[in-house]
Amino acid sequence: MVERRPFIVFLTHFILVVGVVAIALPIWITFVAASHSEIRMTQVPLPLWPGDQLWVNFKNTLFGNGLEGTETAPVWLMLTNSLVMAMMISIGKIAISLLSAFAIVYFKFPFRMGIFWLIFITLMLPVEVRILPTFEVVAQLGMLNSYWGLTIPLIASATATFMFRQVFLTIPDEMLESARIDGAGPMRFFWDILLPLSRTNIAALFVILFIYGWNQYLWPLLITTDQDMTTIVISIKQMLEVAEASPQWNIVMMVALLAMLPPILVVIGMQKLFVQGLTETDK
Amino acid sequence: MLKRVHFPPSVLPYLLVAPQVIITLVFFIWPASQALYQSFLIEDAFGLSSEFVWFENFVYLWNDEIYLATFWRTGWFSLAVAGLSMSFALVLAGFADRVVRGAMIYRTLLIWPYAVAPVLAGALWVFMFNPTLGIFPYFLEFAGIDWNHYLKSGQAMLLVILAAAWKQVAYNFLFYLAAMQSIPKTVIEAAAIDGAGPIKRFATIIFPLISPTTFFLLVINAVYAFFDTFGIIHAITQGGPAGSTTILVYKVFNDGFVGLDLGGSAAQSVILMFLVISMTVVQFGYVERKVEY
Repeated sequence: MVERRPFIVFLTHFILVVGVVAIALPIWITFVAASHSEIRMTQVPLPLWPGDQLWVNFKNTLFGNGLEGTETAPVWLMLTNSLVMAMMISIGKIAISLLSAFAIVYFKFPFRMGIFWLIFITLMLPVEVRILPTFEVVAQLGMLNSYWGLTIPLIASATATFMFRQVFLTIPDEMLESARIDGAGPMRFFWDILLPLSRTNIAALFVILFIYGWNQYLWPLLITTDQDMTTIVISIKQMLEVAEASPQWNIVMMVALLAMLPPILVVIGMQKLFVQGLTETDK
Repeated sequence: MLKRVHFPPSVLPYLLVAPQVIITLVFFIWPASQALYQSFLIEDAFGLSSEFVWFENFVYLWNDEIYLATFWRTGWFSLAVAGLSMSFALVLAGFADRVVRGAMIYRTLLIWPYAVAPVLAGALWVFMFNPTLGIFPYFLEFAGIDWNHYLKSGQAMLLVILAAAWKQVAYNFLFYLAAMQSIPKTVIEAAAIDGAGPIKRFATIIFPLISPTTFFLLVINAVYAFFDTFGIIHAITQGGPAGSTTILVYKVFNDGFVGLDLGGSAAQSVILMFLVISMTVVQFGYVERKVEY
């Protein structure tokens, strides 16, 4: 800070604290709602301070039947589905992008630029603009209600390919020359030199893609008609509809809490990688 | 683009790009071309036959008042979300930039809404504003405001905008803070010595210097509001009441999957595709120019 004026220091912290409170308020209210009994959550005004039912709600939600009046899958199963989907999307995206970036940077072959532009075009075709035809393709391939159908149509990635291309271009040519003199083939070079050198970039990208995969909504909504394949994020919508008829907000908000916890933990726990991943992939 | 030294030609590079290329062709290029093709067709009510009608679907959309209203609604919805969340983030980042110690603590406390899925963000806000139970309607009643976003379209839109902006503050805050911290301290100090107070410094030095970031965020936020708010709307209003919160992406989904109007939905997809392409061009044009900054 340039000057020291107590009033401005106070004002700075005051505004920031107000900002933090405003941003945190929805999550706080969710947490409070998840810690009260079902009956308390039907009495106006709703509480603003946590109750003592957090553990009970947690147990009932995770292992019990969850919400009465729905036929949703058990919550633990939906959490598992979300985890599998998020892992498959992030690892799949990273793997195929690493391979294609390696090919584009380190090999000279016909149609190289054509393939580069083909990958670039995917940037302009988000799921939202091609939902119906993509759904038809997946249906024809018999991939509805499967992890493959959930993930494979989403794992082509222009941004990840460009990012790895950028990383590989900064690796000095001498690396490749000395590896070739030592008799290393292309795949050996890829495994033993390129992968270790791009380790932090891979980790940063993984953090971003994990959140992206976990939070997918429109695509799983269309692909999963079988209750056993739904993800936790999808189930919230169904529970909201039930909650209109018979309010069990403590359970609904507990599910919401469980659904947002893993990605939030990833962001807070790996903040440095998260910020790096965010700034790298969007440029 | 290509390394000066590279590996000898072989089939290996083709094998390496194969997974990405196959997925791109099967799940991106083919469906997109199908959408393009279907946008020129009209199917009969039973889906048994279809007729090639050139641009009739587009002409129909052009003359469809509901579609045009959706188009403009999407535009000002995006502006409202971008404006609200960027200005909130700008103020917070401006103050966080002044904090000597503890700036990182504020950052940690502000970034996590980024990790919340849009549909969850919608669920949280719809719970807080539930007309019978919610906390905000309870307090608003003291102010004489009767809150019911299921019936009042203005309130429904406001709620969707609030939820969408809330989720995006974290992202904008991170980029604004990074941009402000990259401004050389000497510039700020020189201005302070010349007698410029904090507000003057912000208005005449900091804000102009971060204008590339503002422009970049404007594009990113517009894309976000266009495409990533589907979950929020689906959870809060389902496009209602009476279509007053239906944006373009929601309409494509609704007409295609609920209304089963293939040609019309495909034509809307094609229009969206052109919007994405133009936004991408703007974004990349910006990245090229950003090098000199």
